[in-house]
Amino acid sequence: MAELMQFDLVSPERKLASGQVRAVQIPAAEGDMTAMADHAATITTLRPGILISEAPEGETRFVVTGGFAEISPQGTSVLAERAYPANAEGRAALDEILQEMRAKAEASSGPEKDQMDKAANDLARAIETIA
Amino acid sequence: MPNLKDLKNRIGSVKSTRKITKAMQMVAAAKLRRAQEAAEAARPYAEKMADVVNGLAASVAGSEGAPKLLAGTGSEQTHLLIVMTAERGLCGGFNSSIVKVARYRAEKLMGEGKTVKILTVGKKGREQLRRDLGDHLVGHVDLSDVKRVSYENAADISKKIFEMFDAGEFDVATIFYNRFESVISQVPTPRQIIPAVVPEDAEVDALYDYEPSEEAILEDLLPRSVTTQIFTALLENAASEQGARMSAMDNATRNAGDMIDRLTIEYNRSRQAAITKELIEIISGAEAL
Repeated sequence: MAELMQFDLVSPERKLASGQVRAVQIPAAEGDMTAMADHAATITTLRPGILISEAPEGETRFVVTGGFAEISPQGTSVLAERAYPANAEGRAALDEILQEMRAKAEASSGPEKDQMDKAANDLARAIETIA
Repeated sequence: MPNLKDLKNRIGSVKSTRKITKAMQMVAAAKLRRAQEAAEAARPYAEKMADVVNGLAASVAGSEGAPKLLAGTGSEQTHLLIVMTAERGLCGGFNSSIVKVARYRAEKLMGEGKTVKILTVGKKGREQLRRDLGDHLVGHVDLSDVKRVSYENAADISKKIFEMFDAGEFDVATIFYNRFESVISQVPTPRQIIPAVVPEDAEVDALYDYEPSEEAILEDLLPRSVTTQIFTALLENAASEQGARMSAMDNATRNAGDMIDRLTIEYNRSRQAAITKELIEIISGAEAL
């Protein structure tokens, strides 16, 4: 059995998860990555997507809208901009955020718009997987 | 000596004031608990953020092309003071103590020939600063409709600040807020947020791999760290406000109690004096016959 490591998921307003896990799948800015115990120390930014923590008692899914993750051999801390559990409750909030993001993307232009469109699409894809 | 009717009215009015202050104290106590919980819930994020930013900043600082939010604009001429106060009064010295610290700083900076601009958050601070520093006010953030401060409120404030910063309207930004120490003690605290202050003992985290790159992450993190600091200040302020109000109202309730006691004694004395006087009049009248 794989070793366990400490995992914390915090948003500015509260702590969403904290505990021992086997692995965490992180939607990093440059592609998904999975962090396990003894991972090389890394700091990476996040894109909107699904974050999965695999604890011995089962996996938990969250949707994050951005932020960054600090991975060290001892554990992983994810500092999400906004994070919601991937369930019906979280979905309502996420739909709202998606609309907001789309509206903002509409209002902007140039490379900024491309970036926002991409973020919105990432989020939309993440939301689809909940259902 | 005031007549009995007046005294009675007076006692009645102080009694109802006491009821109000007592109620306000209890409301503040309940709100304080909630505000404290919110402040505690936000702490892990803020601490982690500060750790990472300090580590990054220490390794990037001094190198060329460091972001402006970290290295500064190269000048220290224009200072932006962000004065965070409450939207309501009746909370003891809470608002005035922040304003006092901010005003002192503003005067000191002006004495050094610097330009001072003031952004107020919360109505009370604005009212107090308008009197003598009205020319320096450059903006105001109204939070009177906000029941519970959220990260979005902080994001709105920081957005405003970044817009000004990008337009080159100031070089250094400092927030003023009350740090919550306990119910009876709130410490007005200035904290410089732009350019970021790196503690001298911050260790350089050379151990980390950065994805995408150190600079790109810093670029993304610095604004977020500013917002987080503002958010922390808002939360601390909210807890401090309720704490200050609670102790102010506790005092007021006690004072009202003392006042009622004094007035009651005076009332009883006057009443007794009137009775004695009537008796003397009757007896001396009877004796005269």
